[in-house]
Amino acid sequence: MNRFEYVRPGTLAEAVAAAAAPGAAFLAGGTNLLDLMKGGIARPDRLVDLTHLPGLDAVERLPDGSTRIGALVRNADLAHDPDFAARYPAIAEALLSGASGQLRNAATAAGNVLQRTRCRYFYDTASACNKREPGSGCDALGGENRAHAVLGWSEHCIATHPSDFCVPLAALGAVVELEGPAGRREVPLAEFHHLPGSTPERETARGPGEMIVALRLPPEAARFAAHSRYLKVRERISYAFAVVSAAAALTLADDGRIGEARLALGGVALKPWRSTEAEAALAGQAPDRAAFERAAEIALADARPSGDNAYKIPLARRIVVRALQLAAAGTPERLPALPASPFAPAPGGVLHV
Amino acid sequence: MSEISLTDDARHMRHGSNIGQPMTRREGVLKVTGTATFAADNHPPGMLYAVLAVSTIARGRVVSLDEATARAHPGVVEVITPANRPPLAMDPDAKTNPFMFRLDLLQNDRVRYPGQPIAVVVAETLEAATEGAALLAPRYEEEPARTGLDGAEIFVPPAVGPGHPPEAKTGDVEAGLQAAVRRVEAVYETPAQYHNAMEPHGVVASWDGDRLSLDMPTQALAMAQGRIAGLFGVSPENVHIRSPYLGGGFGSKGFPSGPQVLGILAAKMTGRPVKLVLRREQMFGPVGHRAPTRQRIRIGLSEDGGMTALANHTRTASSTFDDFFEPAADVAHTLYASPAIATSYEAVRLDTGTPLFMRAPGEASGSIALESAIDEAAEAAGMDPLAFRLRNYAEVEPISNKPFSSKALRTCYEEGAARFGWAGRPLEPRSMRDEAGLLTGWGMGTATFPALMFQGKARATIRRDGSGLMETGAHDMGQGAWTALAQIAADALGLGIDEVEFRSGTSDLPDAGIAGGSGHTATAGMALHAAGTNVLAKLAELATADERSPLFAAGNVGTIARAGRLVRRDDESRGERFADILSRAGLDRIEADGGAAMDPAAQEAYAMHAHGAVFAEVKVDPDFGQVRVTRLVGAFAAGRVINPRMVRSQLLGGMIWGVSFALHEHAVVDKRSGRVMNADLAEYHVPVNADVPSLEAILVHEDDPHVNALGIKGVGEIGITGTGGAIANAIRHATGKRVRRFPIGLADLLD
Amino acid sequence: MNHSIRLTINGEERRIDLDDPRVTLLDLLRERLDLTGTKKGCDRGQCGACTVLLDGRRVNSCLALAVSLDGSSVTTIEGLATNGELHPVQAAFIAHDGFQCGYCTPGQIMSAVGLIAEAQAGGDPERVREGMSGNLCRCGAYAGITEAVIEAGARMAEASGRQEKAA
Repeated sequence: MNRFEYVRPGTLAEAVAAAAAPGAAFLAGGTNLLDLMKGGIARPDRLVDLTHLPGLDAVERLPDGSTRIGALVRNADLAHDPDFAARYPAIAEALLSGASGQLRNAATAAGNVLQRTRCRYFYDTASACNKREPGSGCDALGGENRAHAVLGWSEHCIATHPSDFCVPLAALGAVVELEGPAGRREVPLAEFHHLPGSTPERETARGPGEMIVALRLPPEAARFAAHSRYLKVRERISYAFAVVSAAAALTLADDGRIGEARLALGGVALKPWRSTEAEAALAGQAPDRAAFERAAEIALADARPSGDNAYKIPLARRIVVRALQLAAAGTPERLPALPASPFAPAPGGVLHV
Repeated sequence: MSEISLTDDARHMRHGSNIGQPMTRREGVLKVTGTATFAADNHPPGMLYAVLAVSTIARGRVVSLDEATARAHPGVVEVITPANRPPLAMDPDAKTNPFMFRLDLLQNDRVRYPGQPIAVVVAETLEAATEGAALLAPRYEEEPARTGLDGAEIFVPPAVGPGHPPEAKTGDVEAGLQAAVRRVEAVYETPAQYHNAMEPHGVVASWDGDRLSLDMPTQALAMAQGRIAGLFGVSPENVHIRSPYLGGGFGSKGFPSGPQVLGILAAKMTGRPVKLVLRREQMFGPVGHRAPTRQRIRIGLSEDGGMTALANHTRTASSTFDDFFEPAADVAHTLYASPAIATSYEAVRLDTGTPLFMRAPGEASGSIALESAIDEAAEAAGMDPLAFRLRNYAEVEPISNKPFSSKALRTCYEEGAARFGWAGRPLEPRSMRDEAGLLTGWGMGTATFPALMFQGKARATIRRDGSGLMETGAHDMGQGAWTALAQIAADALGLGIDEVEFRSGTSDLPDAGIAGGSGHTATAGMALHAAGTNVLAKLAELATADERSPLFAAGNVGTIARAGRLVRRDDESRGERFADILSRAGLDRIEADGGAAMDPAAQEAYAMHAHGAVFAEVKVDPDFGQVRVTRLVGAFAAGRVINPRMVRSQLLGGMIWGVSFALHEHAVVDKRSGRVMNADLAEYHVPVNADVPSLEAILVHEDDPHVNALGIKGVGEIGITGTGGAIANAIRHATGKRVRRFPIGLADLLD
Repeated sequence: MNHSIRLTINGEERRIDLDDPRVTLLDLLRERLDLTGTKKGCDRGQCGACTVLLDGRRVNSCLALAVSLDGSSVTTIEGLATNGELHPVQAAFIAHDGFQCGYCTPGQIMSAVGLIAEAQAGGDPERVREGMSGNLCRCGAYAGITEAVIEAGARMAEASGRQEKAA
C-alpha cells in the first residue's frame, strides 16, 4: 500500500473540499478500496475518511413515498431494516446474496455503487488494462474471459460490474444524489455507470471531488413489494460473485395480468443492465412462461460473446425467465436461507421439466 | 459428532484404553482462545519484517529493479537482490537426493516461473516492507511462457511421485481389450491446484552467531533442520525449529520453501530477527501445487461385466528445473480385479513453480478419473455401479498378486450403501427430481490410499513419581497429533493420559519422520509404542532382578504395565508401582528410545491399503447447471482408529476436498503469460460452509495384524479419493451429462 | 504524520499513537499490540480468518484502517472468555470438533458470535451455514462448526431466557 495523507473531514463541505485535490479518494467501508490499494491497483495520494461524517447513515421514508438511503448505510443494516426489506424485498435479497456477513457489516451503500470491476486483468497489475491504465490495451480479450461481459462491451474493455445491490436498484429506478464542488445534483442509477466505449477509464458519472451522499428510490419503487425477487447464479453456493443475476419486479392487476414490470441483469455488462424494452413487452401480458421467454429474448437481443463466454447468453435468458416466474409467484414472507440462490425453495412448476 | 461420548470407562492398560477414545483435542482450549502460537505470532525483540518481491513474468531475466526508490521509503532497512545476497554454503540448485527440491534463493537474475522471488525488502514495519517491495517495479527481458499440457516437448519422466516407476503392468492389456465385448475409452483432465493452507508459509528467524532459532511451520522438522543447516553451512544441532501448530500443510509444508529460507537469509544479512510471511497471492508459485493431468483410461469388459483390461496413460507437467510428476495413473494398480493392467506416463516441462505432494498426490487426480471411468464401464455393462464394483472386487492386489494385509471394503460398500439408501437407485440417468424439480443424482466412488510408514524415533521416560514423559518431534497440522499420539504414548506406558507429559513439535526432539502420506500416526505412534516397550523392559529388568521386589524373578513369566504398576503376567495381583521400583533403585528417572519403520518382510508379503466407499447425492438446476452436493456418505476402513472424533474430522475434511476437486478448485492460467489469474481466495474457489450441507463418515471396524503392531493405516488423505468421482458420477446420473474435465462447472451442464 | 486514536480493545480503553495511517486493524492487533489470536489468511477480505467484533459487529479486520476507527470498540478472540471461563461458542467448538489446524478458528468463533448476535439465523442449519460462509476452513471442519454454532446459540438463548425470568 502506498503512502497517503489521511484526512478526516468533519462536515460534508470539508469532505468535498478535501477531495478536490488530485489523487484523492473517499474512504467509507473500505472493503473495496483497501483491497485495491493492497493490490496496487489504487494508489491514492490522499484518503478522505467519510466514516465520521454525521447524518449519512440513515434510511428515511420521505413524505412523497420515496426512500432515501444515506451513503454510509451499511449493507447489512439496510437489508435487515424491516421496513425497508418489506418495501424493497429484491434489494434486501440482493444485498444478502452478496459477499459475506462480515463484509456486509462494513460495506456501505455508496461504496457498493462505486465498487470497481472484478476483472482479473484489472486486478493483475502486470496485465494490460485500459481501465487501469488508459491506452495500454485489454488483456482480457483473448484471455481468461469466461466471466466477462456479453452486453455493452467494446474492444477496449469487456469487464463487468460486480454489484448485486445495483441490479435491483437499477430495475427500481433509483437515483444517485451527488454533492460536489459545484453543489448537489442527481443522476439516475441507470445512467450512473458508463459503458466502456473507447474510454473505459471513465467509469461513472461522478465528477472530480464529487461524493455520493445518498441513493433514492422513487415513490413507485415500493409498488412492486409483493412481487420482487433477485436471483443469482454463481460458482459456489455462497461467498461468490454472480456469474449472471437478475432482479425482477412486477405489479399484477386485478385480472392477474402484469401491470408494470421491472427487470435488470447483473454480471453481463459493465453496468447493472436494465432492459426497459423487456419491461415494456411484459406490461399487460399474462404472467406466463411464454411472456417471460419473450422478455428474455428482448433483454438479451443484443448480447454477443466477448470471448469464451457464449454460455452466459442462454444462461442469462433462463435467469430472466426464472426471476420473473419467482416474482410472479410472489415475494416470500421471509427471505430464504440461501438468498437469491437457485437452491432456495421455489414454488412448484418453476423449473423446466 | 455430538453423539460421541466422553464418559467411556478409561481403564489404563496397554493397548485399547486411551487408544480408541474420542477425546477432544488436547490443544483445543489454546486454539479456541487464540493462544495457540502459530509461527507468525512470534515477535522477538528487534524484529524486522521481510516481504518478497516476486516475478510477474514466467520466463526471462530481471534487468532492473528500482532499488533506490525502495530504499528511500521510510523504514526500509535492506533490499536483498542477487547482487548483494550473502553467499550460501550450498547451491540452491544442487540436488543430492530426490527429496531435495531446488529453491529460488536469488542465486541469479533468471526467472523460471511467475511468482518466483526476485528480491526481498526488509523494513522496520510490515507496511514499509510491503510498499518497499512494490516500489521495486522490476523490468524484465521476457521470453515466451510455456503453458498447458500441450505447451512443451513430451518426454517420459524417469520416475513419478516419490520414486515410482513410470511404467507398470500385469497381463496383456492390448489382448484384454481385443478380447473385450465392450470397451470404454475416455480422456479425463484435472487442473493445477494450489494447497492454500489457511496459514500462509512463513518464518520468524533469529541468528545468534552460528545458532539459528526458527518459528516455522513444517511437516518434517528433522528434514527441515538438515536442509536449512546445509544451506547455511551450520551443523543441524545449531538449527532449532519450533513448529507446535501448523495452520494446515496438505503437503506444501513438507519441505522448507524458498521464501522461508529467504526470511532466514534476511535475518542473517541484517543481524536482526526477521519475520517473513507470504502474501496469499504469493502462495501460487514458490510453495508447490498439484500438477495438471490428462488421463487416457481404457477399460475392456466381458459379457458379464468383468474387466478384461484396465489401462491409464497419464500426461502431467513439472517445472523446467526440477522433477515432481503427479502419479495419477497408479491408483489403477490396486482397486479392481482386472487380469491385465497397465499404467504409463509422459510429461511436459512448463514455466511454473515445481509441483509437489498435495493431499493424496496421485490418488486424488487418479481416483476422480478412474472412478468416473468405472461408472462409465458400469453403464456400458448395464449394471448398477455398486454391483459392477462388487463384480470386479479385487481379492488380491491386482498389480502384484499379493494378498491384502486387511481389506474391509465390502463392509464399507454395504454400510455406506445402507446408510445412504442406495438400493432402488434407478439406472437411467436424468430420471430423478426433487419436489422442487431440481435434477437429482446419486453416484458412488471407491476410496483407497496406501498404508504407509516412514522412519521415526521417540523417547520414553518414567519419572521417579511414576509419571511418564513421552517425546517425539511430531507435527500437528490439524490431524490431531497432539491428541492421538498422546493417547498412544499413554497406552505405551500403561498410564492414564493425564499422567503422561507429551512433548512434540520441536526439532530437538527425536525425529518423528514426515507428517505426510497419511503415515504420521503410524510412524510416530509406533516409535512411541516402541520407546514405551523399551522403557518398561528396562524397568522390568530393575524389578525382576531385585529380590526386594514382588516381581523378583518374574523375568521368565514376564511383566505387564497396568495403571502405573508393573505386574506379573501370570498373576496380576502381584506387582508394584513404577515409582516404587525407581525409588528403590535410587533412580530419578529411567529412559529409553524407540524406533519405527515399515516391516520389510510384511511389505514383501502383503499389499497394504486403506479403503472406503463414498456415496453422493447432487442436485442440479436444470436450467442453470448450478450444482449442490446435498448429501455425502462415506464408509472407511483404515485399520485401528486411535481417536474416532479426530478420524471422523479428517475423513470429513478429505471428503470436502473431494467436493472441491469435483466442483471448485482450479488455477486459471493465462495461456499467454503463464500467470495464475485467480491467485486469491475470492476467485480460487474452495468450498464454503454452505457448499457441504450434509456429510457423514462411517468408521468401519478393521483389524490389521500386518501393517504395524498398532494396526494403524492412516486417514489423512483417503477421504478425498472416491468422493470426487462419486460427485462426478452423481452429476452424470442427475443430468445425463458425463463431464470429463474437472472441476465441473455450470457451463458444462447447460443444455 | 502521527495519528492518535482511542480504541477500546477487549474492554480496555487504549490510546494508540500511529506513525503510519496504512496500518490495518488486523496488523495493529497482531504486530503492534501483541494480540496475535486474530489471524491473517488472505489480507483481502476473502477468507474471514481475521474476523473481530467492531462495535459489536463482525467484520474483516484486514479491510479496516486503524486510524479510521478512532472511538470504536473492538473485541478479539482474546477477549471472549470471561474469568477463565470459555464463551459458549468456544466450548461448543471444542465439543463438536469444529476445527482441525485451528488457524481459521478465532475468525470462525468471532464470526459465530457475531452471527448469533445478529439473530437472523436462529437454529436453522441452512441459515447458519450461509451465515458462516464468509469463513473459509481449508481443513474442512464445516460440519462441526455448524453443529457448534447451533448448539452455542441455543445455550445462549436459554441462558438469556433464564436471566430474563430471574429479572
